[in-house]
Amino acid sequence: MSLYMLRRAGVYLFLSLAAFLSVFPFFWMAVGATNKSTDIITGKMTPGSNLVVNFQTLLSQVDLWRVFGNSFLIAIVSTILTLAVSSLAGYGFEIFRSRVRERIFQLLLLFLSIPFAALMVPLFVMISRAQLTNTFTAVILPTIASIFILFYFRQATKAFPGELRDAARVDGLKEWQIFLFVYLPTMRSTYAAATIIVFMNAWNNYLWPLIVLQTPENKTITLVISALTAAYTPDYGVILLTTVLATLPTLVIFFVLQRQFVQGMLGAVK
Amino acid sequence: MAQTRLDRNEQINGWAFVMPALVLLGIFMIYPILWSLWMSFQVGRGNNFSFGGLANIQRLANDALLVQALTNTIIFFIIQVPIMIVLALLFAVALNDATLRFRGLFRTILFLPCVTSLIAYSSLFKSMFSNDGIINQALMSLHLVSAPIPWLTDPFWAKVVIISAITWRWTGYNMIFYLAALQNVDKSIYEAARIDGIPAWARFWNITVPMLKPVILFTTILSTIGTLQLFDEINNITQGGPGNGTMTLSMYIYNLTFRMMPSFGYSATVSWVIVAIVAVLSIIQFMIARDRRRGA
Repeated sequence: MSLYMLRRAGVYLFLSLAAFLSVFPFFWMAVGATNKSTDIITGKMTPGSNLVVNFQTLLSQVDLWRVFGNSFLIAIVSTILTLAVSSLAGYGFEIFRSRVRERIFQLLLLFLSIPFAALMVPLFVMISRAQLTNTFTAVILPTIASIFILFYFRQATKAFPGELRDAARVDGLKEWQIFLFVYLPTMRSTYAAATIIVFMNAWNNYLWPLIVLQTPENKTITLVISALTAAYTPDYGVILLTTVLATLPTLVIFFVLQRQFVQGMLGAVK
Repeated sequence: MAQTRLDRNEQINGWAFVMPALVLLGIFMIYPILWSLWMSFQVGRGNNFSFGGLANIQRLANDALLVQALTNTIIFFIIQVPIMIVLALLFAVALNDATLRFRGLFRTILFLPCVTSLIAYSSLFKSMFSNDGIINQALMSLHLVSAPIPWLTDPFWAKVVIISAITWRWTGYNMIFYLAALQNVDKSIYEAARIDGIPAWARFWNITVPMLKPVILFTTILSTIGTLQLFDEINNITQGGPGNGTMTLSMYIYNLTFRMMPSFGYSATVSWVIVAIVAVLSIIQFMIARDRRRGA
C-alpha cells in the first residue's frame, strides 16, 4: 500500500471515529425514549416498547402542548424581531457610512464580549420594576438587539452589489423600498443562516427564562427538561423522550435551511 | 445645494435604519451595564441598598469560593478551547479536500450536535455519565476499567465530563467557520507548495493556519466568552459540584443573586470581574494576532 493510500485510510478512520462519537448520543437518546428507565440504566441499546408509557408519564407531569406552544411563540417572535432589527442596522451601518456611526459601531463591538452574567442582575431589577416578570415580553425584549447578528449582517452586506442599489435609486425607489424589495430577496441565504442561529438560540435559551418565568403554565421546554433531570429519582425514559422532542424542531429547521446556511456563513466570513 | 440635500437624506436614512437596534441596545445592554457598575458599590440585601464604597472589592479578596470558581473557569478555558479549535481545524481541512468521499455526510454529522439545546444535551450527558450509565457499562465490558469511574461525584472526573460535553456540542460549530474560510483560500498556493515538495502537515502549519488566522482569532474569542459564560451545562449536570469542583463564575453569580442570601451589589461586583477578564483576554488575543501578522 502506498503512503498516499495509508494516509487516506487514516483520514477516513479519523473522520469515522469522530462521526460515531458525534452521532452516538443522538442514537442513545432516540433509543432511550422507547425504553424503561431501568433498562436504560442497564445499558440496553435496542429499541423497546415503552414509548407510549413514557409519553403518558410525561403528559401526566407537564402540560406538554402548552409548554411547546410557549417555546414556539417565544422563538418565532424573537427570530422575526431580531432579524428585522439586526438586518436593518447591519444594512444601515454598511451602506450609509458616517463617522459618528462608525464610532458607535466600534463601541458596540467592544460590548460584544460582555457576558450575560454582567447584565443579569440589573436586567432582572428593570423587568420586575416594569412589572413584566413572568411574561413572554420579558423573555423576548432583551434578546432582540443582538450585536453578534448585527455584526454578521454588516459583514454580509459587504457582498451586496452597489450597482443594484444605484439602479433602484435611479428607478425612483425609496430607501426602505430598496431594503425590502431589492436587498432582502438578494440576501436570502444570509437571512436563512441567521434564522437558524437566532431560532436555535431563542428555542434553547435557558438562563434568562429560568430567571424571568415563574409559573408552570409559562414554562418553556428547556425549563421542563431541566426540572425533570433535577428530580431526585430521574425517569430517564421520560427525560430522553423530552430531549428528543426538544431537539426535533431545531433539527428540522437545520435540514430545511442547510444549503442556504452554509452559503450564508460563506458570505459572512469573506 | 442639491448635493447637500442628498447628503442630508443619506444621513437621515442611515440613522433611521440603525435606530431601532441602537435604542434597544441602549435600554437592554448599555444602561444595565452602567447600572451594574453603580450597583457594585452598593451593599445590602434585597431592596435595602446603601453606598458601601469599596466594601465589595474587599470582599472579593477574601472570597475562597470566587477563587475556586475562577480557577475552574480558567481550567475549562485552557484545556477545552485549544482541544476544540485544533479538532475543528483538522475536521475542516479534511473535509475541504474535494476528492474525499461522503464529504457532505461527514460535514452534516459533525455539525449535528450544534442543533441540540444546551439543556437537552446536558441531560443526555448526565444520563450517559451516571455511575451505572452507558459510558461506564461500555468501559467495563471492554475491560478498560475494573470499577465504574465516579464521573459525576469526583471533582476531577466531573471536569472531564463538562469538557467532553462542551467539545461535543461546539466543535462542529467552529468547523463551519473554518470550512467557510477555507473556500476563500486560493488553491494554487497549495499546488505550488506540493510541487515544491512541502509535506502535508507543514502545508497545514505554514499555509492553512496563517491564512485562517483572522477566523481562528474570531472563534477563539467567541469560545473564550462562551467559557466565561458557562452556566447551562453546569447547572444541569453537576450544579457546580461535587464540592464546588465545577463551580463557574456564571454559576456563582447566579447563586449570589438568586440562591443563598441575595446580594445584588456583590454579584454585580463579581460580574465585573468577568468583564475585566474578557477585556484583558480579548486585548491579549488581538495583540498576538497583530504581532504575528507584523512578523510574517
